[in-house]
Formats: sequence, C-alpha cells, structure tokens
Amino acid sequence: MAIRRRTGFLDPVRERVEVLERRVLGDDAGPVARRTFNRGLSAVIVGFLGMLILAPLYGFSVAAILAWLVFVVLYVPPWEVIPRVGRFVRPLLALSLAATYPFYALNMFTIPIFGAFPDVATGVKMLVFAMMAIGLNIVVGYAGLLDLGYVAFYAIGSYTVAWFASIQFAHQNIHFWPAGVPSSLPGIHISIWLLLALAGILTAIVGVIIGLPTLRLRGDYLAIVTLGFGEIMPQVARNGDDFFGTGFNLTNGPNGITPIDSPGFGSFTFLAGHGSFFTPDRLFFWTAILLVLFTVFCSLRLRDSRLGRAWIAIREDETAAAAMGVPLMRTKTWAYAAGAFFGGIAGGYYASFKSATFPGDFFFNISVLILCMVILGGMGNIWGVMVGALFLEYLDSEGLANTGAWLNSNLGLNIDVPKYEFGIFGLILVVVMLFRPQGLIPSARRKAEFEVGVHDEPLYNATHG
Amino acid sequence: MADLLRAELLRKEFGGLVAVDDVDFTIPTGTIVSLIGPNGAGKTTFFNMLTGVYKPTSGKIILHGEQVGGKPPHAITQRGVGRTFQNIRLFQTMTALENVLVGMHTQLKGGIVQSILKTPKIRREEREARVHARELLRFSGLGDVDEEEYARNLSYGDQRRLEVARALAIEPKLLLLDEPTAGMNPQETLEFTAFVAKLRADRELTILLIEHDMRVVMGISDRVTVFDYGEKIAEGTPAEIQKNERVIEAYLGSGATAA
Repeated sequence: MAIRRRTGFLDPVRERVEVLERRVLGDDAGPVARRTFNRGLSAVIVGFLGMLILAPLYGFSVAAILAWLVFVVLYVPPWEVIPRVGRFVRPLLALSLAATYPFYALNMFTIPIFGAFPDVATGVKMLVFAMMAIGLNIVVGYAGLLDLGYVAFYAIGSYTVAWFASIQFAHQNIHFWPAGVPSSLPGIHISIWLLLALAGILTAIVGVIIGLPTLRLRGDYLAIVTLGFGEIMPQVARNGDDFFGTGFNLTNGPNGITPIDSPGFGSFTFLAGHGSFFTPDRLFFWTAILLVLFTVFCSLRLRDSRLGRAWIAIREDETAAAAMGVPLMRTKTWAYAAGAFFGGIAGGYYASFKSATFPGDFFFNISVLILCMVILGGMGNIWGVMVGALFLEYLDSEGLANTGAWLNSNLGLNIDVPKYEFGIFGLILVVVMLFRPQGLIPSARRKAEFEVGVHDEPLYNATHG
Repeated sequence: MADLLRAELLRKEFGGLVAVDDVDFTIPTGTIVSLIGPNGAGKTTFFNMLTGVYKPTSGKIILHGEQVGGKPPHAITQRGVGRTFQNIRLFQTMTALENVLVGMHTQLKGGIVQSILKTPKIRREEREARVHARELLRFSGLGDVDEEEYARNLSYGDQRRLEVARALAIEPKLLLLDEPTAGMNPQETLEFTAFVAKLRADRELTILLIEHDMRVVMGISDRVTVFDYGEKIAEGTPAEIQKNERVIEAYLGSGATAA
C-alpha cells in the first residue's frame, strides 16, 4: 500500500522539474547540486517572466537586469557549502544591499502594478515594523503564545521616548545629553539613545506585569486578554490628559505629544542632517538597520539557547515541558518580556523618527498587522518574518496607493484602494493559508509540522484499500 | 531501606467521582514498583498527582521527607522525579537531541542575558550538555538514530526510547513510566524490560511502573500494587499478587475465583 501524499496543483510541474533535473544532473546527484539546480531554474524563470512583463511595458531597463543579476548571485550559488564563512555570505550580501539602498532607491525601475521602489523614509517605517515583527515572533513563533495586543508595547515605547524627550512636562527642566536642544528649553530632554534602552526595559517590565496574571491562561483565553490590553492602551493615551481627574496631563490626550527630540550627538541631530550625504532620512534608515540587526542577533541567540528550547517545548506541549522541569510561568513571562523589549525600542525609535506620537497610532489594527507579518512570513523563522514585515509595511505605506493608482488609470475606475487595506491583507492571508500554510519562508521546524510524519500517517488507508 | 516516596491518604475527586480514594503508598529506594489495575482504576490519576499535573484533593506526598503534594510539575521534576507519558508526548518538531536537551533544563544555568552574550561559560555548558545528551541517546538505544531527526519522524519504538532518554536527562532519582510497552511487539517488550532492569542496575534509579503486560510486571517488579475503582486492593511481591483473590476478582470477575 502506497503512502498517499498530499497533492497540490503544482505537482505536475514539480514532476517535470524532477525529470529535467535527473536528465541534467544524472541519477545520483548530491543534495547541494540538486538544490543549486532548482534555485538556478527558479532564477531563470523569474528573469524570463520579469522580462516578459517589464520589457513590453517599459523597454529594457539596466537597473532591472542588474537587480536580477544581484538576485542570482545572492540566491543561486550554494554559498553555505563554504566552511565557516559560507553561512554569512547571504546575510552579508543582503545587508550591504540594504545599507546602500538610499543611493540607488531613486534610480530603480518601475514594477508593474506596484510602481516605484519605496523611498527611504518608507524604508525606515518598514524596518521599524520588521523589528516589531521579529519581537512578536519571539512570543508567537517561538513560545506559541497568541498575543493580539502587541501594539500596547509599541505604544509604551513611543510614549516613553515622548515623555522624556519633549516639552510635555514643561514645569520640569531636566537635560541629559540631548542632541541639539537649547538648555533653556523647558521639559525633560534625555538623549534618545539612552531613552531607547529605557523604552525597551520599561516595556519589558510592563510586559512582565501584564504577563504574570494573564499567562496562566491558555490559547484563546490568553488571546482575548491580550486583545483587551491592546484596546486599553490607546484609551489610556487618549484620556491621559486629565489623569484620573487630577488634572495631571500625562499623554496630552488626542493631540498627542509633538515635537519629540531627534537622535544625534552633541549639536548634531538627525533632523538637521549634515550636507547632502547625511540626509535625515538616510541617517534614520541606517540606524534602523542597526536596530534590526541587533534584534535579529538577539533573537537568533535566544532561539538557540536553553531558554529558546524551553519556549519551543512549551509551544509543542506544555504538560510535557513542565514534566521536564521547565517552569511554565517564568519561561512564558520571559518570552513576553523579550518580545515587549523589542516592541518598546521599535516604538520609541519610530516616535523619535516621526517626532510625534498620537493615541490613534496604537489601535487594534496595528496589532493585527504585525501578527499578519509574522504569519505571512513564516512563524518562527526570523528571515521569513522580516520579509513578511517589509512587504506588508511597504504595501501599507506605499504599495497599495500605487496599486490603486495603476488600477484606476488602467481600468478607468475611481476606487480608493488603500481604504480596503485590511480587506486586502485578509485576502492575502487567506491565499497564503490555502497554498502555503507554513508561511512564505518557514523555519525547518515549522515546515516539518506541515509535512506528513510517522506520527500522522494513517495505519490503513480507506481509499486505497 | 528508606522510602524514597510516600503517599499518605492521597485522594483525588473530579466533581463527584472519586478517582483515587485515600491511598497509602510507598516506594522504597532502589526498587521497581509496579502499579496495575483494570482500565479506569485511577493509576494514571495517581501518577499525575505524584508528578504535580493534578493537585490532590487531600492527602500528602512525601518525597525525601518533604511534602510535595500540590506543587507545580516543574518543582517536582526539579526534586528528581522524571516521567514518561502513556501516549507519547515528545516535542514533535524538535530533534532527538533537542528533546533530551530540554530534559536538562533544570541542570543548565543559562539566563536570558548570558544566552544573548554567549559568554564562555554558556558555550562550555552547552557543549557539555550536548555531549551528555548524546551519551543518553546511546544509553537508551538510540545510538544509530540521527540526532538531528525530528522526533515525529522516529519510529514508534524509538519515540518510546527517546521519551525515556529525555526523562533520564533530568537526572531523576525516581523514574515514573506510564505504560511504556503499550503498542510494542513481544520482541520490543522483551528488550524494553531488559532495559528497565539495566536502568536500575546502572543508574541506581527507583522506578514506578504502570503496566498492563503481566510478563513485564511479574518479571522485573520487586513489589506490585493493585488498584481498582480508585482503591488500593492489594500490595505485595509478584508471587503474592498472582495468588491474591481480590486481584483475580478485579481482573476476571467474581465467577473466576469460584471456578
């Protein structure tokens, strides 16, 4: 009796590819050769399709061909077989591409439907959301705790920076290494760099305080409580201009806190920049890359640590994990605190970038957006989550508007596409769940979860007798 | 011989149902004690109280002279009680090695900050843990299995063995095995029985076994305790239990003794 394999509409294609692969490589090719062959084939197909679509619309573009070549160099060669340094090649190439993005962003080709590449300011937003998604991934992807109120941590981070780097508390006059703030300016002004650390730590502490009572709950109940917490935060921010009727103005209510000091050193600020090279957007962009790197680094180290194993064990089976001596409450709280930490830093940095924070920035839809990034990209895998975050935040801030403009001009319509943002995100999510439920770039672990294992093979198969 | 574990008047009620009814029970150090009884006799409930999964309704559990009844599972594990589960509960998408490493959670020290910094101490600890985990895999008869294979892809027998390896990783003094040979063929059962005997000899373990297979129970137990309807109905050496009328009645019905 043959084991029935899950079938998909791509299976005939896959079979053809396997036949072709055997014809080219012979029957006993190693896994590396086969993987390289498959990647090469995908690159050729991508290039061919790209040409087919791009060339008739825009003519041949040097930038597009260069971009394709870069993709080939990054993706096709089996870099990982080089001992020791091999596994760093792809991340380093990707990083250098990202870091130099401000220099070529404006010279890129136009993608059909999506339009131009995002500008650098959008890039900052995308990176901030990548950081948040990687933070949430610790909670959802590693420890398996469904958190529907992650936006609360983003809010706390934002307000922490806003309080201590603005004129919000005007009766105070505290200055501590702020950048480019005249000492006569009232309010509390602390260096943004210190505040980012403070935002992270404070948010983590809040995470622990929230986590201790709520993490006793399992599954859906935890999701509901976190949802409530996420709903409470913007309300507190909105009504915090008269804190408990005492007249104490904590959050400046619906007007938000603005302006917020810019990061910088001494009299040099990001907001002013320096010459035509160090423009404000570029400075914020590069700093955001550093922050994402920091988050990725911590997240990878945590994943491979004793604590990371305990998180995954809890996600797999709480009862068994507890029987192995893993203290459930403490371990979950750590996951919550770690996730909150990065959410707080990201929120704080974003507030300083926008130089403002409003209660309206922290509604439930942001929690859902970040969760979508994690699920779309591939829960548990940092690279997948990052790709998901960059893509969705790009759609959120530029992509959908471009797509809408393209649709309207080509089909003679007049639809405000960005208005249907969450409907479209929902549709994307449904499509992904149907065709690739493990996410775009799943972790090996999660991939295994969706493969047929010994555990779920039927003992006998009714249809095949 | 001192008692490693003593349960005093241990009781568990689920609503109106008395699953375990004021049971007194002792496990002397260094012995293999078996717990048998018909389905629904309360064996697993009793087990779950010993390991902290359930909170006893009343009564005491004394481990090394310390009352541990009602403590959370991880606290009991930290005091040297390892267990396996009736229906295998491995961490499915963790590798064989990782499963064992989770078992070492209590012995390892790495906190959140040290793990991120990966201090030399942590590096050494992780390296040693891996060496030790491989030893445990070999000891449990998984020497030939790829340590990087996900637990869910192992064969049934290997999954059972991995569960034992994982339980041994917590360095237990008392090992609780819940129907370890369920689903095994006679040959595998025989091998497993030998393995349990080896465990006690090599690792100076005390073992509590829930088992249905009488050849296993009678072959390796020092003492056998019989449960029926949540009550302890008999206790003694395997030979005594085989002759006990109440046990025969519980298993075969009241007509069996008359015949």
